[in-house]
Amino acid sequence: MITRLRGLGQLTPGTRIGLAFVGFTVLVALLAPWLAPYDPVATDAENALAGASWSHWLGTDQYGRDILSRTIEGGRFALLVSLLATTTAVVVGTLIGSVAAYYGRWVDGAITRVLDAVLAVPSVLALLLIVSVFGNSVPVLVIAIAVVYVPAVARVVRGAARPVLASGYVTAAKARGERSLPIIGREVLPNILDTVLVEFAMRASWVVLLVSTLSFLGFGVNPPTPDWGLMIQENRTALTVAPAGTIAPIVALSLLVVGLNLAADGLGKHFGVDRARRGVL
Amino acid sequence: MLRMISTRVATSVVTLFLAAFFVFFAVQALPGDVAEQLLGQNATDEAVATLREQLGLDTNVWVRFVEWLGNAVTGDFGTSLVSGASVSSTLWTAFSHSLLIAVPAIVVGITVSLLLGILAGARRGTTTDSSVSVLSLIAMSIPEFVVATLLVLVLAIAIPVFPSVVLEGPDATFGDLLPAIVLPCITLVVAMGAYIIRAMRSSTIDGLATEYATTATLKGVPRRRVLWRHVAPTAVLPVLPVVSINVAWLLGGVVVVESVFNYPGLGKLMIDSVSTRDLPVLQAIAVLSAVVYVTVNLLADLLALAADPRQRTLHQPRRRRSSATPVPQEDIR
Repeated sequence: MITRLRGLGQLTPGTRIGLAFVGFTVLVALLAPWLAPYDPVATDAENALAGASWSHWLGTDQYGRDILSRTIEGGRFALLVSLLATTTAVVVGTLIGSVAAYYGRWVDGAITRVLDAVLAVPSVLALLLIVSVFGNSVPVLVIAIAVVYVPAVARVVRGAARPVLASGYVTAAKARGERSLPIIGREVLPNILDTVLVEFAMRASWVVLLVSTLSFLGFGVNPPTPDWGLMIQENRTALTVAPAGTIAPIVALSLLVVGLNLAADGLGKHFGVDRARRGVL
Repeated sequence: MLRMISTRVATSVVTLFLAAFFVFFAVQALPGDVAEQLLGQNATDEAVATLREQLGLDTNVWVRFVEWLGNAVTGDFGTSLVSGASVSSTLWTAFSHSLLIAVPAIVVGITVSLLLGILAGARRGTTTDSSVSVLSLIAMSIPEFVVATLLVLVLAIAIPVFPSVVLEGPDATFGDLLPAIVLPCITLVVAMGAYIIRAMRSSTIDGLATEYATTATLKGVPRRRVLWRHVAPTAVLPVLPVVSINVAWLLGGVVVVESVFNYPGLGKLMIDSVSTRDLPVLQAIAVLSAVVYVTVNLLADLLALAADPRQRTLHQPRRRRSSATPVPQEDIR
């Protein structure tokens, strides 16, 4: 496992491109306050729906806000929420999944039934309900998204942990009289770390899509905060007049998610976890 | 065999019951008083009291759950808090509208994706393969609302062939909706197709590397025949769970697509009900989606059982535990 982690230096070109896309997006989001030429929320009624010009490279939206500045700043919210939510979902899901696999029998059965039941409720509905009741602050969004994705992560981890638990070193640890949590932490987790990492990368791409979908539907960030999903929703009506307002956030969002997917594919191939086989879960 | 099927059906029922339980208590146990939340802060005490009585909020929550579940089993989900109409009739109208876009999308989507997947897998490493792979990677990376927006830009604004939104409300007839279903259908096909293509490609590649495929090739069976007669039928099996998950997602979560096209289906109903806090409708939608999800997964499992005799005996213990899982690939590590 450790040697395979070291081997990350020799990645395929696709993976490198993916990591570069993600790195670029994160860098732009971090440096956004210094990069953006204008204040992304400053309105300018005189200049509304202007086309591309030297002062506004991508033109302005219907309130005269600079589209380039809004696109540069538009990833910050989605990236922050996605990072926190993905981390929470993967950590909690890994714990639940490995506990279910470790104890087996009725514990496993009960956990699996509950996870299945949560999976059966459509994620968008669950999210919309939580957000409409508790508001759309960052902690609420993070917890809501984590709740939606924990069952899927747990199921994958449980599947990966099962063969590890049947191995000789786990039996040896049990025979030494080690307790369950140290066994999970020291013997099982290091051996499923590759699955967990791939899980993190692919989960991140869905969380980014989900966050922007939420913003698009009007349940994510509050206007006038710039956000890609929200920008697409706002500028969609002016698609023919100022197409840049819709196209720019689409390109930015796609760049990030294509990057995440390429990285997840590359990591999966590197660790021998076949991702394509698993589909959407 | 019969025992396996009945166990599988029983677990589905348990899952469904649990889902209904979660939905009910998540909605009912929301912080604060549901009646006060619904009426807003300026509501008079009398109005709150009346609504509480109407909702039966003063009775024990467990009693209400049993009552609600009992009615739900018979298809009665109560009345909408907003329109006062029966929830089930609203729900069925919306659901039938959703089916109108979902069923063509499923049929076209699955067929095209499976074929493309087999094609890409069989021509691994060629230009065909890389273009299919790159396109499916892009398709799974752009959210549905972006696909929908781009389709509107091209096929409704630049070349006005199809209407960009549906103007009729929930009362629209199938005839009214027919021209409007094309763009939503294409969006759904793009959204669901990518995962199936990737799974099918991967499975075909594995299938072509098996001993029976090699044997057939060495016997002199033409390559085309090896692919379609020997490899493809078996290679579809591991893809079934991926297909079923996508179908379930499609029927339950077409929220975004319907919202973009203003299409009066289940997803639109969901968004509207969330904005108006119409709890009985939301509960009913959640339960219906759960029923669809569980049923589709069950059907896929039974189909796999019917098509693949190996699953009936060999992996019996594992199969049962992994129930609706898209076969976890732990063994390839």
